[in-house]
Amino acid sequence: MRPSAARLLNILVPVKRSVDYAVKIRVNPQQTGVDLNVKHSMNPFDEIAVEEAVRLRERLKDGVKSIKAVTIGPPKASETLRTALAMGADSAIHVEIPESAPAPEPLGVAKALHALIQRGDGEGKVDLVIMGKQAIDDDAGQTGQMLAGLLGWGQATFASKVQVDVEKREAVVLREIDGGSEEIRCRLPLVVTTDLRLNEPRYASLPNIMKAKKKPIEKLTAADLGVDFTPRLETLKVTEPPVRVGGGKVESVDELVAKLKDAGFTAA
Amino acid sequence: MLSRLGRRVGRRGIQLSAVRRNSQYTPYDPDAEPREEEQVDVCIVGAGPAGLSAAIRLKQLETETGKEVRVVVLEKGSEVGAHILSGAVIEPSALDVLLPDWKTTEHPLSQPVTSSSMRFFTEKYALPIPHPPQMNNKGNYIASLSRVAAWLGGIAEELGVEVYPGFAGARFLLSDSPDSSDAQGRNVHSVRGVITHDAGVTRQRTKSARFEPGIAFRARATLLAEGAHGSLSKTVISMYDLRHDAEPQTYGIGIKEVWRVDPAKYVPGKVVHAVGWPLNYQTYGGGWEYHMADGLVSIGLVVGLDYKNPWLEPYREFQRMKHHPHYRALLGGGERLAYGARSLTEGGLQSLPKLDFPGGALVGCAAGVVNTAKIKGTHNAMRTGMLAAETAFAALHPGTSFTAVASPATFTPAQGETESETETISLAAYNSSFPSSPAHKDLWGVRNLRPAFNTSLGLYGGVMYAGVDTLLGGRVPWTLRHHRTRIDSPDARATRPAVECAPIAYPPFEPPLSTDLMSSVALTGTNHAEGQAVHLRVMRPAEGEMSETAGRRREHVESNVGTYAGLLQRACPAGVYEYVPDDGGKAVPGNVEEEESAEGKKLVINSQNCIHCKLCDIKVPTQDITWTVPEGGGGPKYTLT
Repeated sequence: MRPSAARLLNILVPVKRSVDYAVKIRVNPQQTGVDLNVKHSMNPFDEIAVEEAVRLRERLKDGVKSIKAVTIGPPKASETLRTALAMGADSAIHVEIPESAPAPEPLGVAKALHALIQRGDGEGKVDLVIMGKQAIDDDAGQTGQMLAGLLGWGQATFASKVQVDVEKREAVVLREIDGGSEEIRCRLPLVVTTDLRLNEPRYASLPNIMKAKKKPIEKLTAADLGVDFTPRLETLKVTEPPVRVGGGKVESVDELVAKLKDAGFTAA
Repeated sequence: MLSRLGRRVGRRGIQLSAVRRNSQYTPYDPDAEPREEEQVDVCIVGAGPAGLSAAIRLKQLETETGKEVRVVVLEKGSEVGAHILSGAVIEPSALDVLLPDWKTTEHPLSQPVTSSSMRFFTEKYALPIPHPPQMNNKGNYIASLSRVAAWLGGIAEELGVEVYPGFAGARFLLSDSPDSSDAQGRNVHSVRGVITHDAGVTRQRTKSARFEPGIAFRARATLLAEGAHGSLSKTVISMYDLRHDAEPQTYGIGIKEVWRVDPAKYVPGKVVHAVGWPLNYQTYGGGWEYHMADGLVSIGLVVGLDYKNPWLEPYREFQRMKHHPHYRALLGGGERLAYGARSLTEGGLQSLPKLDFPGGALVGCAAGVVNTAKIKGTHNAMRTGMLAAETAFAALHPGTSFTAVASPATFTPAQGETESETETISLAAYNSSFPSSPAHKDLWGVRNLRPAFNTSLGLYGGVMYAGVDTLLGGRVPWTLRHHRTRIDSPDARATRPAVECAPIAYPPFEPPLSTDLMSSVALTGTNHAEGQAVHLRVMRPAEGEMSETAGRRREHVESNVGTYAGLLQRACPAGVYEYVPDDGGKAVPGNVEEEESAEGKKLVINSQNCIHCKLCDIKVPTQDITWTVPEGGGGPKYTLT
């Protein structure tokens, strides 16, 4: 299909550096959060998002003009961007926050992405945002939806299949919902959040990782975007769930009744 | 017309791209796979202290002389430090040479040793005993070797070393024809580089849709820094018979935990080593207790892998060690943060192979430079890395002068000859200057200690002899052998049949002080991508076996279950091996016909639990487990060990 006068797609893929899924997490001694001195890697749902963007390019060929990855995080988050670049993104943006700063909240992230997208114009205008449905560290699942709201765009969340028609500037997305799936037709520009079944991300091969080192990463700060990442929520305390206590076996019904009475259960 | 067809069939419909799509039936032949190549000067396998010291030294020489050298370090862990585990008390002597200003930078050697002592444990008591002078730790530091490696990795990258975590050195790139000779004068192929692992190989060893071939690093020198019993190191030692004039290596397994203890019990910088209970006098080994920085304590147990009793379970020995009143007191009210295990070399100088081979060299624990008396190897690992680097640089740029610091008494930039830009260089000078290097001197003084424990007097003989020998600083005219006659795989062969030994009644676990194995393994963060080929292969490549057969598996089960009480199931510190009742399911992929079970049991390998300790390859009595690299990025995710 040759791209007609319709503009070619610019895809933005926000990714997050979060604690690796295989690591056993622990509450830190101050009980303010989780011990973060552990292995981090790209949020698995964001890997799926990057993979989907790359597959869209493979399917649509010239229909996709650029795939840009963006992350908001401390200096080390640039490794996550390098992974996205190695998987097939063309360029990346790193909105750097200080090492000691708390992780930005979904609303902050959405506002930053909103500001970033507003900066693009003409040929650089973002047409499609593909991002993970949630991050595995906070499990918030809010950023995509908030971003769509701020932008005034449609949102196709929990996508398990995405088909884009560049000429018609629309997409058909199959969503995972309680009880099954739902197919919706959306106009571009659009925010898509990815679910697990969308695809299986490719391995970043070593030659691609080497090439990725040469791809550009633009550095920005919160001030450049006019966004404030100060948290609006205060975490009071983080504790591990109470240790499960084993149950006991009883020998007879009478014993069961006696135990229930001890526990405070009375017959109505 | 075609475009309308395309729209109906769907985007997948007509395959116009030139990309070859694999299905799970595409056969996989690693030797025939076409690969991309990268030309480098030095390829280093393993981002541990040895490998990174070599890399850093090479780049320092590049800065000093202006002669370029492209250095690549491959690391199978998902990040640098993820697969490293050690006590660790580190002697900074090598670090002072490599990075003279290290103390002024931000570094992880934050806890100096404040006291050292030794204990003899009985079931109830912990009796103080004098310790050999080598165990005096003045000026040493307690640190997490994982953090030290990560720190060195950062320094290496800043200097321009290309470090690639998540990529395992899987196989060698060999010369097309035999173009070198080994120490015995035979014509052999030379090592021309390293090929990284192929990703996306299915359990049936075919190519999946996500197959991604490894790339070949064509290197003028290949340094193997894989740690104890590395997979490529094992291959190269066998290929070139590097232990022709040396004894086979003997190993120990180190099992470790890191605890945050009750502040009242914490004594920063305290170092304690213990022998005795729970190990009996015939089993070499001992425990340690190191109080690290930030209220953390590293504890562990080393068990010599030449233990005789197949009923022995190193993991359970360690767990019951914690039931001793001394440890109960220490760990009560504490929280366990980390667990891990790794083999370590104990053979010292007697087991040191020839260090160089056509096309490369062995550095660090891959060669085996742990000082068993000091129970330290990091300083020697770094020294061998630096010496190999200087030798390599001198050969890469002959006639260039530089300041050699690794072994200044004996190695100065050599006048070497090289024919072309891509011709491999010889590292023979590394092997020949080693005997007069500081690392050798360090190992010479303690060479007789480990063998002294191999008599029928066991621990007592060893301690008595050590008492004398260490006071003399090893200045005796003899060098004891580990074994009177030369046997291959002595640790495996030392295992007696189960009927000759007494089963050990281990006490039940007492969580949270001691827990079952799976709870511990969960702390390692180990994981291997699902669906990949099992990297623990039941075969004997040294005998020419290149694939797994049901017959070999049956023999394995027959011998291990029948004679050795299912040793692997007891010994593996990650619960990888199980001998389960045969339910008809086939463990060998593709095996429809042949019987692979024996004695009613079959071998199940839960390779996703593997923490890359290499115990199985070393200790299995039938010597038919070959540890190979899994897909890169898998394995444990150590950060505190």
